[in-house]
Amino acid sequence: MSPGLVRYLAGRLLRALLTVVGLVTIVFLLVRLIPGDPVEAILGDQAGPEEKAELRRTLNLDRPIAEQYLSFFGEMLDGTMGTSFRKPDRSVWSLVREVFPYTIILALAALLVAWFVAIPLGTIAAAQAGRAWDKVASTVAVAGLAIPNIWLGPLLILAFGVKLRWLPLPGDDLAGPEALILPALTVGTALAAVLTRQTRAAMIEVLQQQYITAARARGVPSFALLLRHALRNALLPVMTIGAAQLGALLSGTVVTEKIFERPGLGTLFLESFFSRDIPVVQGCVLVIAVIYVGVNLIVDLAYGLVDPRVRLS
Amino acid sequence: MSRLRHRLRKTPFGLMIVVAFFVLGLIGPWIAPYDPLTIDLAHEYESPSWTHLLGTGDNGIDILSALLYGARLAAIVGTVVVGISVVVGTILGAWAGYFGRLTDHVITGIADLVQAFPAIVLNIAVLALVARPGLIHLIVALVVNGWVLYARLARAETLSLREREFVEAARALGVPTNQVLRRHVIPNLLGPLVIQATTGLGVVILAESTLSFLGLGPGKAVSWGALLDQGTSVLLRFPHVALFSGGAIALTVLGFNLTGDWLRDRIDPRLR
Repeated sequence: MSPGLVRYLAGRLLRALLTVVGLVTIVFLLVRLIPGDPVEAILGDQAGPEEKAELRRTLNLDRPIAEQYLSFFGEMLDGTMGTSFRKPDRSVWSLVREVFPYTIILALAALLVAWFVAIPLGTIAAAQAGRAWDKVASTVAVAGLAIPNIWLGPLLILAFGVKLRWLPLPGDDLAGPEALILPALTVGTALAAVLTRQTRAAMIEVLQQQYITAARARGVPSFALLLRHALRNALLPVMTIGAAQLGALLSGTVVTEKIFERPGLGTLFLESFFSRDIPVVQGCVLVIAVIYVGVNLIVDLAYGLVDPRVRLS
Repeated sequence: MSRLRHRLRKTPFGLMIVVAFFVLGLIGPWIAPYDPLTIDLAHEYESPSWTHLLGTGDNGIDILSALLYGARLAAIVGTVVVGISVVVGTILGAWAGYFGRLTDHVITGIADLVQAFPAIVLNIAVLALVARPGLIHLIVALVVNGWVLYARLARAETLSLREREFVEAARALGVPTNQVLRRHVIPNLLGPLVIQATTGLGVVILAESTLSFLGLGPGKAVSWGALLDQGTSVLLRFPHVALFSGGAIALTVLGFNLTGDWLRDRIDPRLR
């Protein structure tokens, strides 16, 4: 590895670490910044004095602020992430770990759906720029971006679950992979729309390059030209999913888990919200934010490895 | 009449939706045929008819009336949140861009941290801090990350404005910094900010609907998202509730997006 690369990787890693420290600090401060008595605000006036004392103890609010901060950090690092307020025998991390795989599978399935739609559609649109398929692709892209996932989910259930009866309804047995299709579509459609546009733009740019003209002049069949010569170079920006889209993907899983009554981080997050289980709420927020930072880091590192120009910026 | 028709045909579709949305949000409660909180258990979940144009929902409430009241909530939340976000974001962004150094590092650092959370997740985390979230809490939760977009935009524009001759001239003439910012920098940020705010209104309205859909909206208020939530729970038997409420959300968001694009083309052709 060249010194430039090492410096890039180390710098990027350090920044991600600092971000995580910042995230933990923000989550810590959120509760402490509530005006008045935070325990009162969180539990409402209906809560009894014992319940309030209990939450104060769980959150360590009865100790000096510096000590609170250190022990909060300690809990994040020691692998427990604190103790659930409603289930005192469970650590926050054990609750998170239980549902974590469901959310990851949903997010990955959504990503796959997006790639499966966007890459072929964007490629055809670029090859046929201005003609019928291009219009189809841009219509799909506009519609996909315009439909909010809170509406898309119910629409998909109505179409494929109720009318056509092809796919299972929410709450049905979740064992089979077919139960994942509609949720993945709900989360992935907006991403598919964005990626279709990106694929199209990247392909159009690549298709204007001289080596494409040269290959065409050598008589490379147009299908092979598209797939082997052009798409390969256009794909890099498409595969490196942007931060904004990743955020949408993760937010999308929260909403979609509710619509399809699936277990997952989002469901745990909302459940603990409604039961006022603040340590679990904090844990979910942090885990989601750390995934977000982590994936961005991996994407950046991979990009730095593949494309030397990135390291300079 | 024909001139009016001509004008209408030239008005972009998105702008029509946006104008209709604000007009209905303003006068909705007066033209609503029913009070959306009136309980009428004998007519629960009826399909659209002449007495209830869009049918009835949970507890027999009139859906058209609920949508009209919901438009008001969406309009209020959207306008207030975007308004505060633009003001806060512009000031912080202009400071960061103009002063650079430590000011810039602190403001950009906070912005980076806020953006390290997916928006909805941070909103929910803020709302979780009060026992019964109300309208004020919803607005605060949405402003917490709403300002970042405008701050970034204002910062980037200020960075280039700072080097322009007229700003340099003002500085050289000894105009106080505050006045340079107020008279020379910020007025030049308005174009891009207006474009961003238009799209931003759609984003905030969608966020409000999503939070209400998740059950975190302001308690008693009639909201599109809450109606969609009810509609989703009875989706298999009474799909019209989810269809109409979700349609209202989708159409409004589409309207703001199209209008934002249209404004961009008109105000700032560079960005096309």
